[in-house]
Amino acid sequence: MSRQKMRTFGGGGPLVYALAAVVVALTLGPVLYGALGGFRSNEQLARDPAGLPDPWVTSNYTNVLSNEAFWRYALNSSVIAVVTTVIAVLAGVMAAYPLARYQFKLREPLFMVFVLGLLFPAAVAIIPLFILVTRNLELGNSWWGVALPQAAFALPITVVILRPFLMALPKELEEAAMIDGASRVGVFWRIALPLSTPGLITVGVLAFVGSWNAYLLPLLLLREDMRTLPLGVADYSTEHSADTAGVLAFTSLAMIPALILFLALQKRIVNGLQGAVKG
Amino acid sequence: MTPERGATAVAPVPSETVTRRESTSRRVTGPRPGTGWRQRLEIVVFVTPALALMATFVLWPVISAARMSFYSWRGFGPMDKFVGWRNYELVLGDDVFTGAVMHNFIIVFASLAVQLPLGLGIALLLNRKIRFRGLLRTIVFVPYVVAEVIAGVVWFQLLQPEYGVIDGLIKAVGLTPPEQGFLGTPDLTLATLFVVLTWKYLGMAVLLFMAGLQSVPDDLYEAAQIDGASWWQVQRRIAIPMLGPTIRTWMFLSMIGSLQLFDMVWVLTHGGPANATTTMATYLINQGTGRGNYGIAGAASVILFVIAFVMALVYQVFVLRRDTKEAR
Repeated sequence: MSRQKMRTFGGGGPLVYALAAVVVALTLGPVLYGALGGFRSNEQLARDPAGLPDPWVTSNYTNVLSNEAFWRYALNSSVIAVVTTVIAVLAGVMAAYPLARYQFKLREPLFMVFVLGLLFPAAVAIIPLFILVTRNLELGNSWWGVALPQAAFALPITVVILRPFLMALPKELEEAAMIDGASRVGVFWRIALPLSTPGLITVGVLAFVGSWNAYLLPLLLLREDMRTLPLGVADYSTEHSADTAGVLAFTSLAMIPALILFLALQKRIVNGLQGAVKG
Repeated sequence: MTPERGATAVAPVPSETVTRRESTSRRVTGPRPGTGWRQRLEIVVFVTPALALMATFVLWPVISAARMSFYSWRGFGPMDKFVGWRNYELVLGDDVFTGAVMHNFIIVFASLAVQLPLGLGIALLLNRKIRFRGLLRTIVFVPYVVAEVIAGVVWFQLLQPEYGVIDGLIKAVGLTPPEQGFLGTPDLTLATLFVVLTWKYLGMAVLLFMAGLQSVPDDLYEAAQIDGASWWQVQRRIAIPMLGPTIRTWMFLSMIGSLQLFDMVWVLTHGGPANATTTMATYLINQGTGRGNYGIAGAASVILFVIAFVMALVYQVFVLRRDTKEAR
């Protein structure tokens, strides 16, 4: 804060605030349209697409909230996102640790494997992946069938972000523990992991939001009761295309969890990304 | 006044300290005698889960896509009808696919040309000492957090012909919106798609650029100010040059993302109307799970991968190399 105070110029004139207001309006407009549209009736929406709710109608939202399918989609999304996140973060930090802390010949080539992993667009592998999961592993239409590949695709960015993070941790604690006779694995669990919590949160949120928002893989793998929220939203909007207000309410409610998670942890995410950028 | 030279002189310093710190630790925590096998075992245990996951769900599928591309296969029965390069000839001779490649590239370059200056502008704006800066930064990032599909559904409603808000706004200022709507007029659809994508992804650029700006030392700003530089001069001569690595990282991510584009297209247009918005990803899904032409889908995936890989490699060699060199 004190550093920022020293920046004496570059404050806000009216023009700056006006520009900022335009940016905010354009950014939030569609989201607010969705949220407010959910409080209107279809008749109101047809009469004046851009108006405010008058009177406020809550039935669209209560209908969605009492819709069993919505909760099932939400449950599927949550379970898949949690499993994806746990696997990606755990496997990721385990892989990043030796890449950051051990000295061995294959260290840089091994790291390059993960960097190259960033380059494999999920779309390239999607059809064989679909065949692998449904036929060879028989995990089609299941939570694991989506979570495992998603975790695998989240791994490269997880490792790439975590490695510099682990490298920057002070070595003294680890060295002290080793002198006291702790094993490398013990040091990893009791010292490196707790110390790297901020980095773990960053990659965890990225993996969670990525899974929560994923569409292509769930689209191919999940049917009926196993569908996730994005699939549910897309299908609901085609099935109930006449019920615009209902679609908007459904959509707005589906946005909430990822938004809350991001808002709650945004400072940490920003800091984590900052570290990754400086890399 | 030489802020530019000052900036380049300062930039490598942090990375140098990192290397130095690392090399000291090498001496301290280097392999203890007699623990070589043990260390090897630990490394294997640590990296195996990650490598196994990636081999199974990333590498193997990519390899099977490549294998599939040389067979005529409808998705069931044994894959035994080897057709050589025929699938590639079919894909590359298909106007829909070449159109899709062109759409991907239009999005790649439009993103760089539009989102870079826009993102940079907003980041510089929000980096000024203005009120609600934290709140503004949060708001700008909101679209990025919203799922592409969910954002797509909302935009689909906004863009409805006649009843949609966008058409309403256009009519309100006295213009005539396109009769078939923005998503139904082939000439306008790709541009409309790009606008929606910019809305969705600009926040990521702004966030990265703001993060990069935080690392510009304040002394530089102050020195320039004392020398009488204006706000704009300071941005152009100090802030933007120092953002170089961040900008290059963002450009890379943006390029890869544009090449893989799928979700938003699928929700808004399904690649239509009249294939005006097909991308490589929608093409291969359409051919594969849609029509059961798995060999053709495989060939399309390989071409997509080769394009992404070559672009990444070229970019790495000519643009990013500088940064990674500095970082090591």
